[in-house]
Amino acid sequence: MEIFKNDPNIDFLGRRRIGFTLSAVLLVLSIGSLLWQGLNLGIDFTGGTLVEVGYEQSVEVSEVEAALQGTDYADAQVLHFGSPREIMVRVPPMDDVEQAAISEEILAKLREAHDGVELRRVEFVGPQIGRELTEQGLLALLYALGGVLVYVAFRFEYRFALGAVAALIHDIVLILGFFSLTRLTFDLTVLAALLATIGYSLNDTIVVSDRIRENFLKVRKGTTEYVMNLAINQTLSRTLVTSFTTLLVVGSLLFLGGEIIHGFAMALLVGVLVGTYSSIFIASASSLAMGVSKQDLLPPEKEGEDQEDHESVVPPSERP
Amino acid sequence: MNRYPLWKYLLVVAVLVVGGLFALPNLFGEDPSVVITTGDDEIPSEEVQSDVLSFLEEEGYKPLSAEVLEGQWVLRYGSTDEQMRASDLISAKLDRDYSVAMTLVPATPRWLRAIGAEPMFLGLDLRGGVHFLLQVDIDAMVGETMEGHQQDIRTLFREERIRFSALELTDDQQIRMAFADSELRERARSALEEQIDGLAYSEETDDDAYLLIASMDEEELQEMKDLAVQQNITTLRNRVDELGVAEPVVQRQGADRIVVQLPGIQDPGQAKEILGATATLEFRFVDHANFPFTGDPDDPPDGSEVFPQRDGGYVALERQRILSGDRIIDASSGFDQESGSPEVNIRLSGTGGRIMNRATRDRVGDHMAVLFRERVSETEMVDGEPERVIREIEEVISVARIREGLGSRFRITGLDSSQEASNLALLLRAGALAAPIDIVEERTIGPSLGAENVERGFMAVVLGFLLVIAFMAAYYRTFGLVANLALLSNLVIIVAVLSMLQATLTLPGIAGIVLTVGMAVDANVLIFQRIREELKAGAPIQTAIDAGYGKALSTIADANVTTLIAALVLFLFGTGPVQGFAVTLAIGLATSMFTAIVGTRAVINLIYGGRKVSELKI
Repeated sequence: MEIFKNDPNIDFLGRRRIGFTLSAVLLVLSIGSLLWQGLNLGIDFTGGTLVEVGYEQSVEVSEVEAALQGTDYADAQVLHFGSPREIMVRVPPMDDVEQAAISEEILAKLREAHDGVELRRVEFVGPQIGRELTEQGLLALLYALGGVLVYVAFRFEYRFALGAVAALIHDIVLILGFFSLTRLTFDLTVLAALLATIGYSLNDTIVVSDRIRENFLKVRKGTTEYVMNLAINQTLSRTLVTSFTTLLVVGSLLFLGGEIIHGFAMALLVGVLVGTYSSIFIASASSLAMGVSKQDLLPPEKEGEDQEDHESVVPPSERP
Repeated sequence: MNRYPLWKYLLVVAVLVVGGLFALPNLFGEDPSVVITTGDDEIPSEEVQSDVLSFLEEEGYKPLSAEVLEGQWVLRYGSTDEQMRASDLISAKLDRDYSVAMTLVPATPRWLRAIGAEPMFLGLDLRGGVHFLLQVDIDAMVGETMEGHQQDIRTLFREERIRFSALELTDDQQIRMAFADSELRERARSALEEQIDGLAYSEETDDDAYLLIASMDEEELQEMKDLAVQQNITTLRNRVDELGVAEPVVQRQGADRIVVQLPGIQDPGQAKEILGATATLEFRFVDHANFPFTGDPDDPPDGSEVFPQRDGGYVALERQRILSGDRIIDASSGFDQESGSPEVNIRLSGTGGRIMNRATRDRVGDHMAVLFRERVSETEMVDGEPERVIREIEEVISVARIREGLGSRFRITGLDSSQEASNLALLLRAGALAAPIDIVEERTIGPSLGAENVERGFMAVVLGFLLVIAFMAAYYRTFGLVANLALLSNLVIIVAVLSMLQATLTLPGIAGIVLTVGMAVDANVLIFQRIREELKAGAPIQTAIDAGYGKALSTIADANVTTLIAALVLFLFGTGPVQGFAVTLAIGLATSMFTAIVGTRAVINLIYGGRKVSELKI
């Protein structure tokens, strides 16, 4: 079984305007949403208390809210979590109460109102910890990008590195935009998924860049654009197969992994899709737009064996 | 062509066998068990063991097995209900010197344990439990110390007849002193430097006043922080032992934080109460008229109180205390330099030392006692039912003769053994309230949610795995099957490596494994696509296989290194859950390189290598 019987010959770079335009629209949408309504940050970053409880029977959100009326937590956010028998109560950080005791008090109130309330999860994050986690998260993002930039610049060429990083920033902004638009909670696990996506998307970009470099050495004819396009087409099957298998497992995480890693799996899903798209349409096109050319990648002294088998790549015009 | 030397085949087989063996313990699950040790972390005597066993048999809670495992006496049960009930019964039966804890003990067969194979640890999110992050309030402690210094300075100035116009504690924990002229200030400064330790001084001039600003010395501050965190960790460990939790974690994190993890705890409220309970310490004079004490402990002599002594008997103490334990800065055990006998060295704060000196200098020859009070929770039998109660414990942990007027540094000698000395030092430190602690982060996972997470994570891995396997087999046929073999071995090796490292598996960790499964096929996809390309370009079959593997190699390496960079960053900057993900991702990448490149090549070589092949099923 094969996706393409023969190597496909799609002019990705020739039509890079389409990709750039689509990305520009999505980026504007994402940044706009991020500026307009920001992210729905989880308590990992905002601080606060979260109590998840299980009931023996289905329970209405309004019943639970009623149980909290008249307490300090009347304004708490009450939601169903995964099923109608599970309830999540979220309280923002409070000033004049003993923070660590909030979860106990909420649990006590809920138990007064209903029998058989089972404690499933408590998370309390002090405001200071929240600030630190935010800071660490941003740092991690920056260091990951920096590390990648250095490695790719060292292995390839700085314009490839910039192209790769442009694709990565593109991916990050789109995932953030997705979480902003859908109002899904952005917590620590989503951040982890975001960083994992950096690794993944890069993986794709590197495979294409590797092929471009190889082609520059082997294909004597054709413009830079032609050679780069050839590489994207040659690796297209692989890109799609790998993305597909990854999507298979990410999908099973999303549907079977449970509510707690739902956000994580969702971020990975979006990340894999966007990452695949950007490595095909954005990374190489950006390097090309920055003026990368054949000469930049040719080693100063050629080793003889490199020319050995350049017959294996034949420009389409010479195909029988 | 395409033949591996024998050693490469052997290497692949060896890795698989070792991986399989070390992954195996994870299949056997865990038994709910009760673990019993003595107060000194030793195995209970044979006598106690047989006592407990016959008692349990009478009550109808005979364990499945009883054995000594890693310095603990372990009783295994078939269900958690039986385990809980038995644990309550045992704690009520044994006195409080024994530690009785409930835990899940791996049901690893003996022969696997013999080669050192153990299952992975499950994280709190998978087994249920409480995670606390505690912050030691250094500011409060510095404030207290500076207040003490302020009083000391006032006293010193009075004694030295140094006149000052102001002596106040500022908001940023400095002592601001003002003098009429620079000569007075000079005198004050030299007196202070001579008499009071741990302060750094700076001078300022302001509106005709000559200012002297004292702040805590950097070195002293650092030492104080370390000590405060260390003391709190010691105290917390003692408390956690009381909770009867197996495998608790009490660890320093960063400069002034402590992580406490209690697996399997059902009620975080109780845990908070016990962690927050305070032990206090007092120094008192022994009632000299009644020493040694021989009367009835319930009928104390006038003006005295009678307390039990830790090593048996009673002692009558004067009601008035000399000093409370919060004046203790440090206590350590050591040996007398002349006689070589064990001793405990105690360091008091400056003020503490002055109070001690004033109280003891006229009473040389009398005895001084250290009284220890603590609230503990323990299990008792009430009407035949085990019940948890909070009890206040008061006991005298040391009685010593005063040989001379004591100051801020003194020692307790005449101890029987170095073990006794270090125990006393530990209690003194535990009783000294070093600094208040606040809970700044809590994560509790109920036991049912933990079990659910395990099940869901497992299902996700299985489904994702099956889908990928089906796809690969359909898309690459024979080669796909070989890749699937590699994928399966990769999963086994990941589990084996995690078990060998005794790493903790968390839900994000499982996600990392799942993601690795998805990405591990990438290496094979790259290789197989290359082989197809070579074949299309007309290369002979054996050459195509060799070239496919050869050309894909650098791409695979580049791609994996970049993902490893991301995993490394995740590990360095992440906290608990994120790190768990990073670790499994990194391990998975490394092992997948082996299985996907060396492993599949070995199988492909076995199938196709060195013979005439007319068609390649790829």
